[in-house]
Amino acid sequence: MEGLADAALLAVVAIGSVPGASALRQASWPRRSPAAAILLWQALGLAGGLAAVGALVGLGLPGGRTSVVRSVLHLGTAFQVGGVFRVPVPVGVAGALPAVLMALRLACLTAGLALLALLCWVLVAASVAAVQARRRQRLLLSLLAHGDPKVPGALVVDYPTAAAYCLPGLRSKIVVSVGTLELLGRGELAAVLAHERAHLRERHDLVLLPFTALRRAFPRSATCAEADRAVALLVEMLADDHALRALPARELVSALVRFGTAGTCATPNGALAAAEGEVAARVARLLQPVRPLPAGAVAAICLAAGLLAATPVALLLV
Amino acid sequence: MLTTVNRLGELERAIMDVLWETDTALTVREVSARLTERNLAHTTVMTVLDRLAKKGFARRQRDGRAWRYCPSATRETYVAELMLTALDQTGDRTAALTRFAQSVSGVEAEVLREALEVIEGDGGVDGGTG
Repeated sequence: MEGLADAALLAVVAIGSVPGASALRQASWPRRSPAAAILLWQALGLAGGLAAVGALVGLGLPGGRTSVVRSVLHLGTAFQVGGVFRVPVPVGVAGALPAVLMALRLACLTAGLALLALLCWVLVAASVAAVQARRRQRLLLSLLAHGDPKVPGALVVDYPTAAAYCLPGLRSKIVVSVGTLELLGRGELAAVLAHERAHLRERHDLVLLPFTALRRAFPRSATCAEADRAVALLVEMLADDHALRALPARELVSALVRFGTAGTCATPNGALAAAEGEVAARVARLLQPVRPLPAGAVAAICLAAGLLAATPVALLLV
Repeated sequence: MLTTVNRLGELERAIMDVLWETDTALTVREVSARLTERNLAHTTVMTVLDRLAKKGFARRQRDGRAWRYCPSATRETYVAELMLTALDQTGDRTAALTRFAQSVSGVEAEVLREALEVIEGDGGVDGGTG
C-alpha cells in the first residue's frame, strides 16, 4: 500500500501548488529579490506538473513498493501476470465493485500518461515555434535593418512607433525602431540597451518559455496565466536591476515612462489587460527602491525551491 | 566561410533595395546595371536573385528568354511584419523575443506621466502630485 501513500502525497503536492502559486503571486517579497522568486516559481511549476502526472499514474498502478517510474516500466509484466489488470468477471454485486475500481484505475493511468504527453508536447511545440519566429525575424532583419551610432551594437528598423526588443539565441540581436531613437535621449537609450543585454546574457527567454507554453496549453487556467504574468514581470525587474548597475535610475525610469506612454497603436482586448500595471510596477520599484532580501532569506528560499522540486522527483524515481 | 555568408547577406540586401526602388520587374542584367559600383559578375547576381526567389522575397516571371524579378511585397509590408510581432499586436506574448516595455494606456499612463514630471522637476522642489 506504500504505492498508494506515495500517490496521495504526490496528489497533495499537485493540488497544493495551486494555492502556493496564488500566495507567491500576492507576496510582496519577490520584488525585493526577483531571481530567488523566479527560482521558486520554477520549482513550483516543476513540482506541480510532475506531481500531477505521478499522482494519476500512481493511482492507476498501485505497485506495492515499486515507484511510479518502475511501475510504468513493468507495465507489460503487470498485464502478463494478470495481478493488477486481470479483468474480473462480474458476479452479482460483489463482482461489480472490482470492475468499477479497475475502470477508475485505468482512467487515472490514461489521464496521467496523457498529461505527461501533453506537457512534453507543449514544451517542444513552444520551443520550435520560438526558433521559427526568431529565424523569420533574423531573415527580415538581414534585409531591412541598419546600424546607428546612437545605439552601438543594436539594429535599427525604419518604423515610426517606439519598439525595442531582443532576439535571444546564439546569434542574439537587439532591435530598436527609429521611433525609439527619436523618442529617447542618449542616456535613456543606453538604459534600454543595458536592460536588453541583461535579458540576452541571462537567457531570460528560456525562463519564460515553459510558463508561456503552459499558459497556451491551459488557456482557461487562471493559475497558469498568473504564473506566466508574474514570472514575466520578475524577469523585467531582474533586467532593470542589471541596467541600474551601469546607469542612474532616472535614465531607466524616464525611458520606461516615455516608452510606455508613447504607444499610439490600438492594443487588442485582453493583451493589455493581462499586463495591466506592469510598467507602473517597475517604475514604482525604481522610484522607491526596496532593499534586497537578506542573504539568509534568499538561501532559505533556494533551499525550499530545491526541496519542492526534489520531492516529486524522488517519489517518482526511488 | 563566414565572410562568404556575410557577403551573400549583404548582396541580398543590396539587390532587394534595387528591386524595391524600381516599379517594374527587372532582368538580371538590369539589376547588375544598377549595381555598377560593385562590379558583380552576371552569374553572382543571378544566384542571389534565385536565392531571394526561393526565400519568397522576390517573384520571377518569364519574359521571352529572360526572367524578370520583382519584390513579393513592399519594404513597408516586411517592416510591418517585423514590428507587429515585436509590438505584440497579435495579442499573444511569444517567448521568441523579449520587449523592453509594452505601451500602456488609461490610468496607468497618467500615473506614469506624473512620475516622469516628478523626476524631471527633481531639483529639490516638491514634484506636486495631481
